[in-house]
Amino acid sequence: MSPPRNAAFTQVHPTMSLAFVLTQFLNGLAGAASLFIVASGLTIVFGVTRIVNFAHGSLYMLGAYVAVTLMAPLLDVSRSLPMFLLGLVVAALVTGLLGVAMEMLLLRRIYRSPELLQLLVTFGLVLVVQDLVIRVWGPLEILGPRAPGLKGAISVLGTPFPTYDLFVIAMGLAVFCGVWLLLFRTRFGVLVRAATQDRDMVAALGVNQARLFTGALFLGAALAGLGGALQIPRAAASPQMDIAVLTDAFVVTVIGGMGSVPGAALAALLIGQLNAFGIVVAPKSTLVLVFLLMAVVLVVRPQGLLGRPEPLALRVVMPEGFIGLAPMTARGRQVIAGVLAVLVALPLVADAYTLKVAIEVYVLALAAFALAFLIGNGGLVSFGHAAYFGIGAYGAGLAVKKLGLGMEPALVLAPLAGALAAAAFGFFIARLSGIYLAMLTLAVAQIAYAAGVQWVDVTGGDNGIVGVWPARWAANRVVYYYLTLALSAAGIAVLTCVLHAPFGYALRAARDSAVRADAIGLDVVALRRLAFVVAGAAAGLAGGLYAFSKGSIDPTLLAIPQSVDFLAMLLMGGLQHVAGALVGAAALHVLRDFVLPLTDMWRMLLGALIIGIVLVAPQGIVGGVLRWAPRFARGGPS
Amino acid sequence: MTRDAENPPILEVSGLDAFYGPAQAVFGVSFTVRPGEAVALVGRNGAGKSTTLKAIIGLIERQAAGLIFSGHDIRAMPTHAVARLGLGYVPEERRIFTDLTVAENLEVGRLPVRGGRDAWTPARLYEIFPNLAMMAGRSAGRMSGGEQQMLAIARTLMGNPDAVLLDEPSEGLSPLIVEQMAVAIQRMQQDGLAIVLSEQNVAFAAEIATRAVLLESGVVTFDGPMADLLQRDHDAG
Repeated sequence: MSPPRNAAFTQVHPTMSLAFVLTQFLNGLAGAASLFIVASGLTIVFGVTRIVNFAHGSLYMLGAYVAVTLMAPLLDVSRSLPMFLLGLVVAALVTGLLGVAMEMLLLRRIYRSPELLQLLVTFGLVLVVQDLVIRVWGPLEILGPRAPGLKGAISVLGTPFPTYDLFVIAMGLAVFCGVWLLLFRTRFGVLVRAATQDRDMVAALGVNQARLFTGALFLGAALAGLGGALQIPRAAASPQMDIAVLTDAFVVTVIGGMGSVPGAALAALLIGQLNAFGIVVAPKSTLVLVFLLMAVVLVVRPQGLLGRPEPLALRVVMPEGFIGLAPMTARGRQVIAGVLAVLVALPLVADAYTLKVAIEVYVLALAAFALAFLIGNGGLVSFGHAAYFGIGAYGAGLAVKKLGLGMEPALVLAPLAGALAAAAFGFFIARLSGIYLAMLTLAVAQIAYAAGVQWVDVTGGDNGIVGVWPARWAANRVVYYYLTLALSAAGIAVLTCVLHAPFGYALRAARDSAVRADAIGLDVVALRRLAFVVAGAAAGLAGGLYAFSKGSIDPTLLAIPQSVDFLAMLLMGGLQHVAGALVGAAALHVLRDFVLPLTDMWRMLLGALIIGIVLVAPQGIVGGVLRWAPRFARGGPS
Repeated sequence: MTRDAENPPILEVSGLDAFYGPAQAVFGVSFTVRPGEAVALVGRNGAGKSTTLKAIIGLIERQAAGLIFSGHDIRAMPTHAVARLGLGYVPEERRIFTDLTVAENLEVGRLPVRGGRDAWTPARLYEIFPNLAMMAGRSAGRMSGGEQQMLAIARTLMGNPDAVLLDEPSEGLSPLIVEQMAVAIQRMQQDGLAIVLSEQNVAFAAEIATRAVLLESGVVTFDGPMADLLQRDHDAG
């Protein structure tokens, strides 16, 4: 959540004078208007298609870039406000058409896919667009022109307030009225609202969903593009603006109620004011404040302020989790023993670099396996797994740097830190289900990330913590290799035991039918909370091992891309198989290590890979191997 | 099946299998319906009545040897295309759009009229369902179950269908409302609509349908005149 750029109040003495309160209020309104324009598009698209479109931020960014590109020639024709407005409209329309292309080429193929795969596909698109934008417009920020006729400031009780921000407030109001009229006074709007509630019934009444969805995507994308275009006189277009606005729009949508346009307006107003006045009270914690608001709303009213509870899952989709989980066979034990023997012998033949890669693979495999435990066994789709991994890493790092402890106690503290964070976050998360649960995992992970960036005194901010080295006896790479292998394998073994323990069975029962599990006396929420703690501990241990292998920690370990990496590992390996996370972690990390030095378009490759796997081979590597070699089906590693 | 060559079937179902994910719920169901005819699918809870209707309209996974409506093979057609051919569907749970007003619910169902019949309009529907007229601007979520059922039927009629699949229209309604429902359905029949009724309430089904198809565990075990089925049940005691 970026603080209002117009910081007029810093120029005057920051007392709570009436003029100050009024300008801050107007600042809040301007922020709310920008937020609403973007978030209304996201919420409309979600309402109709039931897809949380991560690429909404990308459309916003494209809108800004298209506007930056268009404005110069347009304003050359005539340096006037109408030309500026024309530029806004064209940028919105172009972005709308990009949204249509996205719907017809991509989204249309995944409407019946599990939520996790939908989210991953749209995130894959985010990665692709990021690199495309850099390729087309370059990596540097591009400053847009100021709006003719809207430069300067007006006086609000003697305090200057930018004219352009008043214009943004007016645009927000205009968009609200326009969208309201469209939704409540046209047949298209009636169909959109009906489809938001029950799209199968709308189809049964003869409405072509495909066309309705395309229309919704056009509208949503055009609003994103308009939001981006409106931003350029205030902030330069940059390749990083997508994720920032995406988180903002998510928060607004979730607080307001997913699918509710009036809810988005209400939430945008709340957050706008929270930002405007929060920056006075706690200048460094605006991010945390907003996510706290979101967490509170989700706890009190999980469906958001004006949203409706998620209907019981009526659709029939393939399970997102492990299927046919059988106890280990003798053959499975042989395979595992064989693999372990090879890994133990590896330092005899491998060079230092291979060992470094192998250490990272083991660490990531443990963290990914913990996520597979949550998703595959618990049905808990976590989009914020990096939080526990990163908190484990920070726990270990701070133990060494702040508490002056050695590696051994730090490696005990790392899983404890991960488990503690997971217990705290999981307490709230476990009460939700489906897409709301996924959104809250993302939000709490963003709180952790915000703390990592903003709590500079403890975390070192963006610079992170450096000098986290192993104990003397483990400083040798081969020794650390064996330490990592032993602890990761032990962590994975413990999680595997839990899968086959009564707790694991109960968790799977709750995954497959929470209602029935409840009816046979299982405390579903408590089971899920415990699952988060177990997974958090494992991810925390992985984070600790990672910190000592790298020697330094920074907030990217807590960030969304790291969470998506873990999900991509699961996807690549195969979501329905226990071994998928391990194979996926190895495959993705080795691939990255191999490809990254060769190209500056890694993100695009990763994005395309994610999209490709979902569309072509959603069963992943392990699923593919099992399909082509059925004899492994019973004897493979499980 | 050539009982009436002058009046060929409007809906022909043969060898229909229907699935919920990996689970099959309906096995090789076959029956036909002629224009103006009312057929009742009867059977216990879980026998596959609702599933059969959902499978015909295409809301769940299905396979069939033949599925013909108005001369079109509808096996590979998406749900909305089947509806646009003139096959209406009134679901068991009613599935009213509770966020929309009564009038808006009717608007969602509106489709252009086919053939020479008079198009259904809200005004004509309000004549049959006077309760709805009084609450046209009201949110549909604030209606009683009976009113919602009437709205569900009216909404489907707005699509000017030639045949309607009615899933348990009497379920959970008071006898007085059930009687009104029967009158409304008979009125639809007089209009020439073919009706497939899924019903547990055999007395209600007998009031409307002349033919019965009995489903047991997803398989058809009787197909014939309603009177024969009632007689058989009576004989069985």
